[in-house]
Amino acid sequence: MATTSPALITETEPLILGSSPMRDALRRLRKNRMAMAGLWVALGLTLACFIGPLLVRAIWGYDYETQNLAYGAHPPSLRHPFGTDYFGRDLLTRVLYGGQISLAVGLLAASVAASIGTVYGAISGYAGGRIDGFMMRVVDVIYALPYMFLVIVLVTIFGKSLPLLFSSLGLVGWLMTARIVRGQVLSLKQREFVLAARNVGVRGPGILFRHLIPNTLGPIIVYFTLTVPAMILQEAFLSFLGLGVQAPRPSLGALINDGAQHMAVFWWELVFPGGVMALLLFSLNFLGDGVRDALDPQLRGRT
Amino acid sequence: MLGFVVRRLLGLVPTLLVIVALSFLVIRLAPGSPFESERGIPPEVLAELNNKYGFDRPLSEQLLRYFGGLLRGDLGLSTKYPQRSVNEIIADGLPATLLLASVALCWALGLGIFAGVVSAVRQNTAWDHGLMGIAMLGISLPSFVLGPLLALVFALTFYVLPPGGWGGLRHVVLPGITLGSFYAAYIARLTRSGMLEVVHMDYVRMARAKGLPEHTVVLRHMLRGGLLPVVTYLGPAIANLMVLSVVVEKIFATPGIGPYFVDAAFNRDYFLVMGIVVLYSVLLLCLNLLVDVAYGLLDPRIRYD
Repeated sequence: MATTSPALITETEPLILGSSPMRDALRRLRKNRMAMAGLWVALGLTLACFIGPLLVRAIWGYDYETQNLAYGAHPPSLRHPFGTDYFGRDLLTRVLYGGQISLAVGLLAASVAASIGTVYGAISGYAGGRIDGFMMRVVDVIYALPYMFLVIVLVTIFGKSLPLLFSSLGLVGWLMTARIVRGQVLSLKQREFVLAARNVGVRGPGILFRHLIPNTLGPIIVYFTLTVPAMILQEAFLSFLGLGVQAPRPSLGALINDGAQHMAVFWWELVFPGGVMALLLFSLNFLGDGVRDALDPQLRGRT
Repeated sequence: MLGFVVRRLLGLVPTLLVIVALSFLVIRLAPGSPFESERGIPPEVLAELNNKYGFDRPLSEQLLRYFGGLLRGDLGLSTKYPQRSVNEIIADGLPATLLLASVALCWALGLGIFAGVVSAVRQNTAWDHGLMGIAMLGISLPSFVLGPLLALVFALTFYVLPPGGWGGLRHVVLPGITLGSFYAAYIARLTRSGMLEVVHMDYVRMARAKGLPEHTVVLRHMLRGGLLPVVTYLGPAIANLMVLSVVVEKIFATPGIGPYFVDAAFNRDYFLVMGIVVLYSVLLLCLNLLVDVAYGLLDPRIRYD
């Protein structure tokens, strides 16, 4: 784009002054209708999950654990749009609250994974040689582990707290990020700007954190956006098995598990939490796809 | 090629040793004990139990004994089911788990590759958009939502298929579809993008130029390229599929290995947890090797020396 003559640009599109790769990517993302739809749906769901329960409490005066046994297992109605569960708890509030936890765990676990993976991969790629070989061998070994089993073992062993949940998910989710970042750093460290930085006296950590990692941000963001739904899915998976968030706090996985057990009679207990979960993942996946296409056109269509 | 396989097989041994040692340490060093729940056990009985399973010996000795047992194909005794060995429990559950996984994999590969090919050949048509939209839905619909929904519709509303249990192929249809659909969707996307990548390659143009019929070009030349990313993905896919089968087996009450694992971890049934981890690790490592070999067969540019 920079090498085309201004005259040519004005013919096809308005002249853009001071365009940066990030701004280009944003423009590409904004043109992607499915991705933008995903973004708005995800934002709307997030807002609903965090504000909805407050509104419900303000208007009707109950929250996710308020029981009303006289009103147990009622189908959707005006007062309870998603119906109520066996204990007469409002399903809408419980689903929204569960969505809060899913979103929080997804974001935090993906952040943990991205941070570990980035630092690990960058060090491995920058060090090179034997250290690199060893560090990547470790990644290969962990990658070969049936790692969800490891998470299950970790969670059953160290108790079922939320921070533990997202750190153990993050602890096993960083492998791909590490591989991607290492690959990037391997090629970047041969470039002139690294040589220049070294020549003016920047030391290893400075080169790593000031010069190499910022240049790998594109793929990191791409992988991060795709990791969030994956982590949400895994949290739900653990909760479904009864290993995640504990009652009376709801989580989408646990709600779906409850619903699956009563589905023959109380269909709404399965359909609403399941639908919200699917909608959340659907929108986040579309957004992730769009971000990847926008930031990394070469990766288009992969993964 | 044979040399490559032999060398890789030898390379698996240290990897497996590390995996076994690591998981052994994690499980053994964790707080809790297999006999914790049975309160009021007299100390003599507890000592006797610990002695029986060897838990009173130093950890290093226990690890060595475990390796020794592995060499003889002996996975030890379960603490939860005192009359049964881990080998027996696994032998009981493995056929169901393997059958379920194979059905799911066939469904995933068949449907995924077919949809991917149609999508790539009809790129940017309604077919393409529709199929890829469905694929996205498949990726976003977790198996623990899809499974109960399928059971609700096909078993509890229309009574076409059994809602769970085991016995006969009819029982494996719903769990197989539930387990395989996510991978079918993913494989469809991979096949499509892999094929689109080779559409403009010289060898495809060459195939067209020499007058091969279109279906030969698509199936013999383009599909080869389309399958490469699918084959790479198969290793981790099968690994995840085995894990997800824990959930699916729970939903459909399939008598497989999966449900044992969660219980075993809860009960600190050390040898049963280890046995299942070892089994799955061996399966995974072998499958990954198989994937590498298949890769070489598909892509003539790759040479193993």
